Amino acid sequence: MTVAFSTGRGKPPGPASGRPDGKLPALRRLISNRSNFLLRYSPLLILALAWEAASRLQLASSLALPPLTDVARAWIELIQSGDLVGNGLSSLYRAGAGLALAILVGGALGVFMAVSRPANAMLGPLVELFYPMPKSALIPVTVLWLGFGDGSKILLIFLGCMLPVTIGAYNGARGSDQHLLWSARSMGARGLRVMWDVVVPSALPELLNGVRTALALAFILLVSSELVVARQGFGYLIGYLGANGSYEAMFAVVLTVAFIGFLADRVYQAVVERALRWRE
Amino acid sequence: MDNPAQIIIENVSHHYRPAVGREVLALESVSLQVREREFLALVGPSGCGKSTLLYLIGGFLPIDTGKIMVDGKPAAGPGPDRGIVFQNFALFPWKTVRKNVLYGLERQALPRAEREARAQAFIDLVGLTGFEESYPSHLSGGMKQRAAIARTLAFDPRMLLMDEPFGALDAQTRSLMQSELLAIWEKTRKTVIFVTHDVHEAVYLAERVAVMTARPGRIKAIIDTSFDKDDPEVHRSKIFVDKVDEVWTLVRDEAVKALEKQRP
Repeated sequence: MTVAFSTGRGKPPGPASGRPDGKLPALRRLISNRSNFLLRYSPLLILALAWEAASRLQLASSLALPPLTDVARAWIELIQSGDLVGNGLSSLYRAGAGLALAILVGGALGVFMAVSRPANAMLGPLVELFYPMPKSALIPVTVLWLGFGDGSKILLIFLGCMLPVTIGAYNGARGSDQHLLWSARSMGARGLRVMWDVVVPSALPELLNGVRTALALAFILLVSSELVVARQGFGYLIGYLGANGSYEAMFAVVLTVAFIGFLADRVYQAVVERALRWRE
Repeated sequence: MDNPAQIIIENVSHHYRPAVGREVLALESVSLQVREREFLALVGPSGCGKSTLLYLIGGFLPIDTGKIMVDGKPAAGPGPDRGIVFQNFALFPWKTVRKNVLYGLERQALPRAEREARAQAFIDLVGLTGFEESYPSHLSGGMKQRAAIARTLAFDPRMLLMDEPFGALDAQTRSLMQSELLAIWEKTRKTVIFVTHDVHEAVYLAERVAVMTARPGRIKAIIDTSFDKDDPEVHRSKIFVDKVDEVWTLVRDEAVKALEKQRP
C-alpha cells in the first residue's frame, strides 16, 4: 500500500536496522501512520473544496448543493439544539441492538448448521432462499408486526444482518481442521467444550468477515426504515429536514451518517485485527 | 523388554469410505501387540493404512471388525491415556504455546498453580523457554512440533501415538528431533507407537519395527531393533546398517507392489 512513505526516512546511522528496542520506532511509526492517514484521505479534502467552490461559483444550485460551510454551520446548530444527538442515539441503539442479535443468533445458527446434518438439511434451503431477498422489502412487514417504534427497526436490522453472519460462521465452522477436533477430544474435551474451544475459533475469521458485511447492511436498513416510517432517528431527521426545505441541515445529517458508518467500519477493522492477531 | 501387552489388536479390518466412489479396504485382519513402555514403529508404503491403524488405536475412527484393547478395555473413543502427535502439529493456532500446553491440563482436576508449573516444565523440556507467549504461526516447523510434543506430554498420557511427527520437517531439524524424542522417551518411558515411512528413523527410534503390506494393510513382519543407540556414530555401525537393510528390503517389496497396483 503506502509503505513507501514510511520507510527510509530519518533512520539513525549504524547497523541497527531491525532493532528490537521499542520506543523510538514506535513513535516514528505513529508519526508516519499519521502522515499516511493525511495523504490517504487528501482526496476528501479536494472533494470538499470542489463542493464549496461549485456551490459558491453557482455551478450548482445552492438548493441542490448548499455550500459546505453552510452545511457545517447547520451541523453546529443541530448539535446545539440536541436534535442530532437525540435522534442519533436512538438510531445507534436500534442498529446496535439489531446487529448484536444478528451476530448472536446468526453465528450460533451457522455453527449449528455446520456441525449438524439435520439442521443443515432443514435450514440450508431457507437460508439460500432468504439470502438474496432485498430486506428493505420487509420494512412495511416489520412495521405491521411491531409498530412505528424501535421494535420494528431492530427486527428489520436483525433479519437483514443475520444471514451474512450465518453464512460466514457456517463456512468457517465447516472448515474446522479434523486433527484439531481430534486433539481436543484426545485431551479430554467433549461435546459443547469442543464446539466452543475448536469449532467457534475456527469459524471466527469468516464469521467476522460476515459481521463486516452485516455492519454495512445495518446502516442501510436503519436509515431506509427510518426514512419510510419513524418518529425519530437519523433517517427520520433527514426526511423531516428535506421535506421542510432545510437542505443545509439535511446534508449535515447525511454527512454525519456517512462519517459514523465509516468510523464504525474502521473501529471494527481494528477490533478484528486484534482478535485475529494469532494469524500470520 | 518383556512387559505385558498394553495394546492388543486382534483381526482388525477397516473400510475407508470416500465422499464419492467405492469404499476401499484399508486394513485387513491386522493383529499386533504393543508392550507396555515399548517404542514400536509402524512402517509401510504410502497408503498402506498405517495412519488409519493409529487412528483406530486412538479411538478416532470406529472399528468395523476385530477388536482393539487398550489396558484391558476396548478402545472406544479417544481419551487422555493416549496422547496423539500429528504430522501437521495440530496446535490450536489461536492459542499461545503456553495456552496450548495448558489445554490438556485444564481438563484435569489440578490446582491452577500446578497446571502452570507443569506446562512450564514441559515447555522447558522441549527447549521452547522464552516462546511461551508466541502464537504457532510465529514458530518454525521444528518449534511447532516441539510445542505439540510438550502439549501431549504435559497431560501425562501413558501412551504416545505419533503420526509421522517429523515428516514435515527439514532433514537437520528432523535428525535433531529424533535424538530429542529418544532422550525424552528414555526419561519418561511411555509406550510409543510411531508411524513413519522413513526406515532409518524407524530403526533408530524403535525397539521393534512392524512392517505393513501394501493396501489392504496387514502386518508383514516385525523386526527387533533394540540395540544400543547411545553411540553418536550408531548410524554407521554394522548392526544399524544391517537392520535398515532388512527393513528396507521388506518395505521396498511392498512399495513396488503398491506402485504396480496403481498402474492401469
